[in-house]
Amino acid sequence: MLLSKTLLLTIVLAPLFGAIVAGLFRNVVGRAGAAAVTIAGVALSCALSFYVLYQLVWGGAAVFNQNLYTWFQVGQFGAHVGFLVDRLTAMMMVVVTFVSLMVHVYTIGYMADDDGFQRFFSYIALFTFSMLMLVMSNNFLQLFFGWEAVGLVSYLLIGFWFKRPSAIFANLKAFLVNRVGDFGFLLGIAGVLLWFGSLDYAQVFQNTLNGPAGVKTVEIFAGHPWSVATIVCICLFIGAMGKSAQVPLHVWLPDSMEGPTPISALIHAATMVTAGIFMVARMSPLFELSEAALSFVLVIGATTALFTGLIGIVQNDIKRVVAYSTLSQLGYMTVALGVSAYAGGVYHLMTHAFFKALLFLGAGSVIVAMHHEQDMRYMGGLRKYMPVTWLTMWLGSLALAGAPGFAGFFSKDAIIEAVGESHRFGAGYAYFCVMAGVFVTALYSFRLLYMTFHGKERFVVEAHHGHGHGGHHGHHEPGHLEHAPHESPWVITLPLILLAVPSVLIGWSTIGPMLFGGWFGGAIRVGEANDVLAELGREFHGPLAMVLHGFAQPPFWLALAGFAVATYIWLLNPGVADRAKNALRPLYDVLANKYWIDELYQAVFARGGVALGRALWKGGDAGLIDGVVVNGSAAVVGRTAAAVRWLQSGYLYHYAFAMILGLIALLGGVWWVVSHGAG
Amino acid sequence: MITLAHFLTLGAVLFCIAVAGIFINRKNVITLLMAIELMLLAVNTNFVAFSRYLGDPSGQVFVFFILTVAAAESAIGLAILVVLFRNRATINVTEIDSMKG
Repeated sequence: MLLSKTLLLTIVLAPLFGAIVAGLFRNVVGRAGAAAVTIAGVALSCALSFYVLYQLVWGGAAVFNQNLYTWFQVGQFGAHVGFLVDRLTAMMMVVVTFVSLMVHVYTIGYMADDDGFQRFFSYIALFTFSMLMLVMSNNFLQLFFGWEAVGLVSYLLIGFWFKRPSAIFANLKAFLVNRVGDFGFLLGIAGVLLWFGSLDYAQVFQNTLNGPAGVKTVEIFAGHPWSVATIVCICLFIGAMGKSAQVPLHVWLPDSMEGPTPISALIHAATMVTAGIFMVARMSPLFELSEAALSFVLVIGATTALFTGLIGIVQNDIKRVVAYSTLSQLGYMTVALGVSAYAGGVYHLMTHAFFKALLFLGAGSVIVAMHHEQDMRYMGGLRKYMPVTWLTMWLGSLALAGAPGFAGFFSKDAIIEAVGESHRFGAGYAYFCVMAGVFVTALYSFRLLYMTFHGKERFVVEAHHGHGHGGHHGHHEPGHLEHAPHESPWVITLPLILLAVPSVLIGWSTIGPMLFGGWFGGAIRVGEANDVLAELGREFHGPLAMVLHGFAQPPFWLALAGFAVATYIWLLNPGVADRAKNALRPLYDVLANKYWIDELYQAVFARGGVALGRALWKGGDAGLIDGVVVNGSAAVVGRTAAAVRWLQSGYLYHYAFAMILGLIALLGGVWWVVSHGAG
Repeated sequence: MITLAHFLTLGAVLFCIAVAGIFINRKNVITLLMAIELMLLAVNTNFVAFSRYLGDPSGQVFVFFILTVAAAESAIGLAILVVLFRNRATINVTEIDSMKG
């Protein structure tokens, strides 16, 4: 059985239709109409995605790989719009549309009193369309289209509240940092076209198998031949570093929290930032050709996993803690890719999408309850006000910290074990990083829970008295609320509950087939010698055995240690945190300043760029072009004219004299020629 | 015996007087016009002298043409002079320098 084209086109175009209606006809459809049409579109997409997954896994449908439309044809090269739908794609489609649907519903509650209601729905539906185009693509060009389109929507949504200077700064930063990554990505795509002769996935992967393309080398620096596979893979991975916020291109993601919380959940946690992970998994036949590129991936991922997690410990903004947690988890996924455990990376992507979307939406629920206060130092004790949010956040955090049995446990443990099995260069460093990362993850996760939901209330509910009602979100003093916090409406809590279910349960049924059962089929190709997951699979005896085994493993004890330390510091003995901060002041400064990477970029790239621009402006434009070329040539004319000007005396007899002189010269010349010519 | 050389000398002397008249004169545009006429007469003298010397009458025909053209030129020159005087209220050569750069 073959999946029908109409079905797949409907999946992609339904959100686009919603986006167009909500965006262009927002006054016609109104607030409720915009929400309804986009939610209907995404819900349709989601239902059909589930159907596609069902057909592929249980219905025996064949992999769909077809070009639907030819964009343009240049000589041998044709740019097509086409879909490649295999199990990897179908899984991504389900994750994207499901999380997107949850976020759509949630948005009704979160953005209820925002003027940009329809605009927001239009953007997130457009995002869903772009992301689906990205994951369903069957060629690099369409992948790039989706890649840029999600980047654009991300830009628009980070700057959604475009009157805030900080939001504008953040979206510009995200855009610029992503440009750096995209530059590498474009080079990678160009390299693929140059050396593998096509942009079509199937064609390229076929060429990696039998052609000499994989072992071809090229000399970028004379005398140092590089394998083209290494160059292409590293370039493509630089693109992934930008989109998936890996060190050193991670700086944009924490700042992207300026956007509304629903999009932090959808774009900057669950889906878009995992596009890089998906892309590398999709390109696994290419990456398998290059040991060097995979080591590069591994080291970058390991660095991200540990060092960004550490920053999360000292953040006070609830969303930023979750953002740094996202960075750290993306690092885990990248590490999995780096040890050739692509399925492990994608599997963690899926579980992470559920529990991280849950955590973000939960954080958003808290922010709504606190009247848009995000600083955890003014929270505390919210448990009794918002039980549903409290409970779901706990479940999400347990999944994130890798408590045995929860979704995050299965995926993260698999990654850690896979790293332990790997002998690739950098695997030792990576193993240390992911192990230490487990402790750090537990520490910041439970710190967030304790500071938000437990302990003493650190906010004051003010009685009603006139002032402060003028502003939209009457921000007067931090920690002062006009009303007591209360549980969010059902449109907010329902997605939390629906996301909590897979966060807790999904690991049990999926770990076996997806990681060890060859579930992805031909979508992911791993070299015989690199297949660490197959190695693990031999020791895998079902999820229950894995859970029981997990209790005896170091990651569990590290997570428990993190839990214990967090409980002691932030719940039982809150004074310790400040004493520790003072005792470890240098360390705290390093973390609180995020290793000064922002400052470094600001000084080197931003100021350097300005200085370079100023030098070119003063020297190149004002000096050379204006000074020498334009004004210089004018000055030459002026000086020449001034020199010959005195010849024009204006007196008739001078002109007459000049004529006579000319006549004499002419006649003299003629006479001279005639007499000498004759002689 | 008056030879060709005498006539040519006369022509050259007239021509030099005319040139001198153009340069030395700083007052009057009319003198300038007269100097130009004198220059043309010097040329005419040469024409006639050569015509007689070579026994070819066509030189004398040229002289008639030149005289006619010179008369017309003087008429135009004087007309310009009248307009110039109306506009500038002077015919002083040193004051007519509006072409100065």
